[in-house]
Amino acid sequence: MSDAYQEREIQLATGKVHLLEGGAGDAIVFLHHSWGSPGWLPVHDSLAANHRVVVPDLPGWGGSERPAWAREPRDLAILSGRILDALDAESLTLVGAGFGGFVAAELATMRSLDALVLIGAAGLQPARGEILDQMLVSHRAYIEAGFRDRDAYAAWVGEEPADDVRQLWDFSREMTARVCWKPYMFNRRLAPLLGDVPTPALAVWGSEDRVVPPECATQYGEALPNCTVEIVEGAGHLVEIEEAERVAALIAAHVRNSGNGG
Amino acid sequence: MFIGYFTERPYQDPSSGYFGATGRDITDLGMSNASYDPRLGADLYNRYLDEKLYAEEMGFDGLMLNEHHSTPFCMGQVMNLEAAILARITQRAKIVLLGNILPIWDDPLWLAEDLATIDMISRGRLVTGWVRGTGRESVAHNAAAPYNWERFQEAHDFIIDAWTREGPFRWEGDHYQYRYVNPWSRPYQAPHPPIWIPGVMSRNTVKWAASHRYPYIMLATELGPTKDSYAYYDEVASEEGYEAGTQHRGYLFKVHVDETEELAEAAGRKYVQGPSNPFLEGNQGVVRPFIQNLPGLTQRNNLLPTIKSFAAAASRGRAAQHLAADKAKGGKGAAPPPPRDTYADQTEKYSIISGTPKTVIPRVRHVLETLRPGTIFFWDGDGAMSHDDTMRSLRLMGEEVIPAVREIGKELDLKGPFEVDPQTNEPVEESAAPEPESVQAVAD
Repeated sequence: MSDAYQEREIQLATGKVHLLEGGAGDAIVFLHHSWGSPGWLPVHDSLAANHRVVVPDLPGWGGSERPAWAREPRDLAILSGRILDALDAESLTLVGAGFGGFVAAELATMRSLDALVLIGAAGLQPARGEILDQMLVSHRAYIEAGFRDRDAYAAWVGEEPADDVRQLWDFSREMTARVCWKPYMFNRRLAPLLGDVPTPALAVWGSEDRVVPPECATQYGEALPNCTVEIVEGAGHLVEIEEAERVAALIAAHVRNSGNGG
Repeated sequence: MFIGYFTERPYQDPSSGYFGATGRDITDLGMSNASYDPRLGADLYNRYLDEKLYAEEMGFDGLMLNEHHSTPFCMGQVMNLEAAILARITQRAKIVLLGNILPIWDDPLWLAEDLATIDMISRGRLVTGWVRGTGRESVAHNAAAPYNWERFQEAHDFIIDAWTREGPFRWEGDHYQYRYVNPWSRPYQAPHPPIWIPGVMSRNTVKWAASHRYPYIMLATELGPTKDSYAYYDEVASEEGYEAGTQHRGYLFKVHVDETEELAEAAGRKYVQGPSNPFLEGNQGVVRPFIQNLPGLTQRNNLLPTIKSFAAAASRGRAAQHLAADKAKGGKGAAPPPPRDTYADQTEKYSIISGTPKTVIPRVRHVLETLRPGTIFFWDGDGAMSHDDTMRSLRLMGEEVIPAVREIGKELDLKGPFEVDPQTNEPVEESAAPEPESVQAVAD
């Protein structure tokens, strides 16, 4: 294991939460995609140079116990709020990618945060088009659609995903289905609540996102009163993997501009 | 012994370009209904009803229906409607539903009302089965796959209550909530219609069926695994404190009878042509493993996933598991080559029995001796078989096969669930139910 981060567990009344933690400074909590946390990523590593970066497995994913009663992403948002409480951080930025962005946006409607970053975030019904439905495609096709192209996928996953990677995708998809089967990856009760969220927000999207249409970045930008939109040209849905340095820099700048981590 | 008749009622459209030997794939949930012709649908629905009337006339004890959605291989997407029509136009045969797909019903009270109505119109001839459905059904009616098994069990418990408890009562469950359960319809049969559970290979369904003493009907599985599943049923029965018998065992298998061996082979080959069930070996359809194996249909609820959980998850899409097992044994992890002649291959292992009465009867005997089921269904008239193929077979079944098979059943002491009650293992009293009035008499 790298000494850049450590693994630990938090005990909530609803079950154990597994997380990775590295770096020091103001806290940045990073919520993973629906297909689970693949571990400590370069984007985490970059941010950990100047921040305390926390990467939990959402309850029900990876090493975190399943809340069998949870039925919608809002339940995960409530639990994520308890994870944030348990971190005992003075200043806190919440970053969510894909489904993690959906959870982060829900949580932002419930509690104050120092800053919010949504990366290719689900949660809003696209004004045009649809969010790509993973339930109707193979694991591989779904992950591949997250990258800008086949080469980017192969460079990260390899020609064939390793067994533990396939297990992660398969295991994660069940929990996704438990809370997100329908409506798939959005909540019509979310957008009306975003209008009173004062948190400085940043929406980061790959211009070539084939999973959550880039138009959703605009929709978040319009729904949140204090939101900046950054489109990363040429990147796909997994922009934080494809353009780790760029996205880390955007997040760090946003944290700084939000009056924290200076 | 109980002998029933079954066909999946394929949507046979010779002009579609999809069906028959056109070389175009039938990909599950990959075909648009734009080509659906309701006039052809009208002909086919009426044809299949006519064939069921003839099956009753030829002496079958039961007419089995099943249900699938958004697919051409089975037109029974509203099986209960077909059952309601049969309830009215047939006189004697049991109407066997194998089965209603419980988890996709958001309102199982409606289902309880439907079925009670069918039971009344048929004057107590309904046999009602329950299934969990394939991934296709969960997709088509958008029922969250991870709750499939929970919803199956809760809907079952609720329907039994709706049929047997005096209303009104409240139901506040995990998946279903009702403030007023008081259906103004009750099943004709007391306490409720017999329940049989069809299945393919789900261990927990076998266990659940055995723990409820419901007959378990294996659907066209190979003889060896079928025998093993019955053995598991017997084991659970024994743990539950009763002895399972032939009345708890049912088997559906493909049987076609024809006038000559040549006709029989020509018709038998049609089982694996056209829009016959794409799940089944050798058929022309292509399944999508990720839809068959939707997340949570097999629960992966262990905390840290293990290779074992993935293998279990892949089991319905089978290939991955088999390839891994082959690799583990030092093989190349390559799929075994498909048989050159799937009809011949399936004939050899008794998955298809097609011949003249003279050759079919001994092969049916072999199945009965091997499995000892008290209930059987002959699966015929499927795939690309024509109405004429079906009618020839039904006639010969009535004239020769059914009488012979009844004798074999007696000789082997294969008692069905209308001879020995699966709930009590006691002989069933001759029905005291009134003779059904004829349709004509009512119409007059």
